[in-house]
Amino acid sequence: MAEQPPRLGISDQGGVSVVELAENKILDEKTISGISQQLYALVADKDAPRIVLDFVHVGHMSSSALGMLITLHKRVREKDGRMRLCNIRPSIYEVFVITRLNEVFKICADQASAVREAASA
Amino acid sequence: MREKKVIPTNMQAARQLAEELLDEAPFKGYSEPALFAIRLALEEGLANAIKHGNKSDPGKSITVCAEVDDDQATITITDEGEGFEPGVIPDPTVDENLEKPCGRGIMLMRSYMDKVEFNERGNEVRLIKRRA
Repeated sequence: MAEQPPRLGISDQGGVSVVELAENKILDEKTISGISQQLYALVADKDAPRIVLDFVHVGHMSSSALGMLITLHKRVREKDGRMRLCNIRPSIYEVFVITRLNEVFKICADQASAVREAASA
Repeated sequence: MREKKVIPTNMQAARQLAEELLDEAPFKGYSEPALFAIRLALEEGLANAIKHGNKSDPGKSITVCAEVDDDQATITITDEGEGFEPGVIPDPTVDENLEKPCGRGIMLMRSYMDKVEFNERGNEVRLIKRRA
């Protein structure tokens, strides 16, 4: 039986792609590769992509997962799009602070504010 | 608790080892933040051993020794690679490296553990986290 790619809950909210990362642990290359392929395809399909990544289920992340977010962010910006992260629990937020990636990514407290920011002109 | 495990060079074996190890009884007394830190450092160390140490060579293996008691957890990860010089890894938090997609693993290990030591050859990392 073929292995399923990591689950992502993707919905459209007024032109903003809202992606709920369903995995609790985004650690190994295989999981990260499965997620990144879906996210890169989502961005590639759109002009000026607007994307919100919801981390509500994410309890653990590796440095490779951070690398995937950086690559995704670059692709979004190259297409004049906008990306927001939200619902990051404190333990994960600390990883962003330690790596200074909280200065690179726009991080919102909740999904509603992230969608609002991503949608704004 | 003191144990030694040898695993093949693949992420599936590494993930299984991490899950089994952190499920061991002596870790039950560690706080959530301490366990978060140990898991993060262990995963980064194993990923480095697979990718940069053994260069994903399935013919090579990784040895993990864990010594856990009420005071501290010490995990040693040894690969069969040529080793590296930890001092030459660029700081990922300086402005020019901030948006590079890789190079954060060792920095995260150092941030979350009380002590991170490499052997002279650079193919072995020792991670120490005090319980308190």
